[in-house]
Amino acid sequence: MLEIRNMDVHYGMIHALKDVSFEVHRGEIVVLIGANGAGKTTTLRTISGLQRPTNGQVILNGVDITNVSAQERVKMGISHVPEGRRVFPGMTVLENLELGAYLRRDRDGILEDLEMVYERFPILRDRRKQTAGTLSGGEQQMLAIGRALMSRPEILFLDEPSMGLAPILVQEIFDIIQSINKSGTTILLVEQNANMALQVADRAYVMETGSIVLSGTGSELMSSDEIKKAYLGG
Amino acid sequence: MRKFIALGLVYAIVQILIMTNLISGYFQATLVTIGINIILAVSLNLITGFTGQFSLGHAGFMSVGAYVCAIVTMRMPTIPGFILGVVLGAVAAAILGFLVGLPTLRLRGDYLAIATLGMSEIIRIIFLNLEITNGAAGLIGIPQFINWTWLFIFTVGIVLLLSNFVKSAHGRACISIREDEIAAESMGVDTIRYKVIAFIIGAACAGIAGAIYASYFYYLEPNLFGFLKSVDVLVIVVLGGLGSLSGSMLAAILLALISTYLQSFPEIRMVLYSLILIVIMIFRPQGLMGSREISLSVFSKLGNNKLWDRFKSQKGGH
Repeated sequence: MLEIRNMDVHYGMIHALKDVSFEVHRGEIVVLIGANGAGKTTTLRTISGLQRPTNGQVILNGVDITNVSAQERVKMGISHVPEGRRVFPGMTVLENLELGAYLRRDRDGILEDLEMVYERFPILRDRRKQTAGTLSGGEQQMLAIGRALMSRPEILFLDEPSMGLAPILVQEIFDIIQSINKSGTTILLVEQNANMALQVADRAYVMETGSIVLSGTGSELMSSDEIKKAYLGG
Repeated sequence: MRKFIALGLVYAIVQILIMTNLISGYFQATLVTIGINIILAVSLNLITGFTGQFSLGHAGFMSVGAYVCAIVTMRMPTIPGFILGVVLGAVAAAILGFLVGLPTLRLRGDYLAIATLGMSEIIRIIFLNLEITNGAAGLIGIPQFINWTWLFIFTVGIVLLLSNFVKSAHGRACISIREDEIAAESMGVDTIRYKVIAFIIGAACAGIAGAIYASYFYYLEPNLFGFLKSVDVLVIVVLGGLGSLSGSMLAAILLALISTYLQSFPEIRMVLYSLILIVIMIFRPQGLMGSREISLSVFSKLGNNKLWDRFKSQKGGH
């Protein structure tokens, strides 16, 4: 459903992505892993339209969306949970979730999805009138994911959802990601926590200094010696 | 409904006081200054407080409205001419806001502040050198049309317009840009469009404030609209609270009253004024109102619930 063809991105003189190509099929969880600075976040930002590529194409459901604006892409079914959560700190939990449905006009559908998000994250219901800045890191991550779900996306991008969270919360977040996937949303996940990410991945790509160097199913990569040495610590 | 009754009362009381000469000419000028400052502050609050774009160009937008209105009314010294002048002033300022907005809105924070400051200085220099604005000597003898009624209509109209705007979905989009621009963009908010809209509306309102200024004080010169004028407006906005329209109104009134009162101590006036600002900012760093609003319903709630309950229980007790 999503295909990236020969994508290059430059930040000024820096060549951040070099000829990156990969694809995500409907219903999959696809993971991008790699060290800091490998270009994982840049890849996500480019696909969701926050960054312009210098070369290459982004194709969603057979349509070339390379020159489509970020907000149009949200309408087309892409939802992005940015790195570092980025909730709206001064707004309440409810207001954050409502903004997730910013482009939608179907009142009943929005209320339905709000209920769905509350069901998935009961803590958000309890804290719906609290300002988002006062939530804990884990709660903010849940809010960021819930907010992204409010646009009823076909494909959800998650950028480092485990960042800065306690191990038990990381487990919880990954359980949630799997259950979102089971209910029909395709997921493209960027992670440093390669171990956790590969466990839930249908397929994975390994990035190094702006290029994809390896790909395979989650279990293939988990058992690969190279990956073990470089990312899994043994 | 209650809101309109309260507004009507305020208008009527002041109008009666003016007609019976209980409000002196000097105090009437203060009233006009308050009205102008309220318009300037709420419109800058839309740009800086709600949308989070740090602008130092408000004096520039104001001066465009002032000069356009002055030039039009000096050629058509009638009420329709005056209205045309105000409308054209607002439109000219809005166009300027749009033109300045598009290229500079890619800038953030301090950089945007410097760019808008530069814009406002360029406008001042242009007015200083144009023939139609009579250069540094300025325009004298602009027909005076602004009275309490006009002032009240413009001020209340703009405040109501902006308060409806910030409560709408568009306002929510603007606030989301202030809160986190990247998150807003990934939620599908067209951030560039809303920043430009905030600048256009803010600039148009500042243009109207300028038109009111020109039409009341019947004298304009470019140096009235220097850098310090923009800072004055910013002080009101920050003092009242970024993101609070009622805070801006409160601060505009308070500062005007303080500076009027301080006229009695001319030597140390600015020292006292600055000290008051410093003390307020130490004790209320978020501004007088923070980002909250006062609404008339607060009073009616207080009135209804507490007093009414007490009244009823007393009646029941007897």
